[in-house]
Order: sequence, then C-alpha cells, then structure tokens
Amino acid sequence: MSFSSLNDVIHMGGHGLYVWLSYGAGVAILSYNLVAPKMKQNALMKRLSQQLKREKLAK
Amino acid sequence: MWSSFKRWFHQWGSPKWFYERSLVWSRWLGVIALVCIPAGILWGLLFAPEDYQQGNSFRIIYLHVPAAVLAQSCYVLMAAAGFVGLVWKMKVADVVLKSAAPIGASFCFLALFTGAVWGKPTWGTWWVWDARLTSMLILLFLYFGVIALESAIQDAITAGKAAAVLCIVGVVNIPIIKYSVEWWNTLHQPATFKLTEKPAMPMEMWLPLLIMIIGIYAFFGYALFLRSRNEIIERERRTLWVRELVERESAA
Repeated sequence: MSFSSLNDVIHMGGHGLYVWLSYGAGVAILSYNLVAPKMKQNALMKRLSQQLKREKLAK
Repeated sequence: MWSSFKRWFHQWGSPKWFYERSLVWSRWLGVIALVCIPAGILWGLLFAPEDYQQGNSFRIIYLHVPAAVLAQSCYVLMAAAGFVGLVWKMKVADVVLKSAAPIGASFCFLALFTGAVWGKPTWGTWWVWDARLTSMLILLFLYFGVIALESAIQDAITAGKAAAVLCIVGVVNIPIIKYSVEWWNTLHQPATFKLTEKPAMPMEMWLPLLIMIIGIYAFFGYALFLRSRNEIIERERRTLWVRELVERESAA
C-alpha cells in the first residue's frame, strides 16, 4: 500500500481531482457498455415476443 | 487439412452458430474481465508506487493506456471484419463491425478524456494540437462516421458495405497514431510497452497495467458479443431458430 490513510487516498498528493475524475469516467464508460446492450436486449425480446403473439392470434 | 479449414471458416458464416458459441465465449471473457479489471484498478490506484516525476497523477495510466490500445485494436478489428464482409459477404462480419463501433468510440473518448485530465497536472494544459492527440481525435471522428453511416442507411447490407469501406480507408490512421510520437516532436511520452524491449518502469508499475490491458480486452469481447447477439436477433428475427428462441425466452 502506498498510502497511509484514507485521506491520503482521496487527496492523492494534490492530484486527487485528476485521478478520481479519470476513474469516474472509466467506471461510467464500462457501465454504459454493459447497461446499454442489456436494455436493448430486453426491449428487443419484448417487441419480438409481442409480434409473435400477434401473428399467432391472426392465424 | 484444407477441407477442415474450409469447414471451420464456413461456420463463421452462420449467425446461429456464432450466437450459440458466443454465449460460451462470453462466460469466459466475463470471468477474466471481472477478475482483471478490479484487481488492476485496486493495484494501480492503491498499491503501485508513485512516480518520481509525476507523483500520483500517473495512476491515470491504468485507464488511459488500456483505453487507447483498445480503441485502436477495435478499429483494426472493424477494418478486418469489413474486409471479410466485403469479400466473402459474411453476415457475421457485418454484425461484428456494427456492434464494435460504439464500444470503440466509447473507449476512444475515454482515452482522450483521461489524457486531457492527465495533461493538466503534467503539461499544464488540458489539450494541445500535437500529433498524437490530434490523430486520436480523428480516430474518434472516424468512429462517429461509422456509427452515423450504419444508422443513416436503412438497408442493412448497403449500410454494412458503406461502413466497411470507411473502416478500411480509415485504418491508415492507425499507424499514424502509433508512430506519431516518433515522427513528430510531441508533448506525449513514447510508448509504455514495446514488444521487443523490457519496459522502462519497475515491475510493480507495469504488472497492474498489463493486467488492466488483459481485463479491458476481455471486457471488450464480452460487450462486443452482447451487442452482436442483439444485432443477430434483430436481423434474423424471421428465421425459425430466432422465433423459437424468443418463445423460450418470453416463456421463462
């Protein structure tokens, strides 16, 4: 461990703002790449299954 | 030998085969990413020693370099997929190209953003129009171009062709990015990793970086298959196997 206290970790020797801003952006980009396709998948499955049901009713 | 290669190659032409295999690959990639990314981040943020010149701001490297490396690899992958799609008319190649674009764009943005944030305490400025930064910005615009083309053209096959051509032409930017730090005098520091030389950093600094790079690649594969499977379902929605799949999923 290269820090002695939690305060040091947050402060990062004066570079805290830059380091945490970067890591915040990193977490945001990673989450976007997981959440966006999952949401699309749910919407797609819902749409297609409704379409299938309609087709069955029409028969 | 040749016939078994041909059989292997033809499998890739089947969206159904790709869909099913990708579920298995995703599981492994997910595990690798889930282990490597938290380990790399914690190690890099808390345990790696601080840089003797840059202090703690250098910890941004553990995001910046993996994001930049991935943004470039992703573009090369798209160009390769575009070539395969144009030559062999492979549906899966079109799907992969389209699915990779938003992921590559997001990591290209992350590389530029973390670079700007790192530049402020290190160079005293968020941005300079130097060769490395400018060529990376062009990469982001190329990604936007591919995404715009894919969404502007209704017909999936025509859209795939147009995007493939843009990817193949734009790949000329990749060696420019790579050698920009050697060809021009820039503020940007030279490459951290070279295949032929030992890294200039101590092991406690480069090992977490290597772990992060592996993790980000695995994450990319995972995210790419996630999007590709959506795209396959959308394009193949009229086939029997997708209908059965939708029925099974909606019943569960």
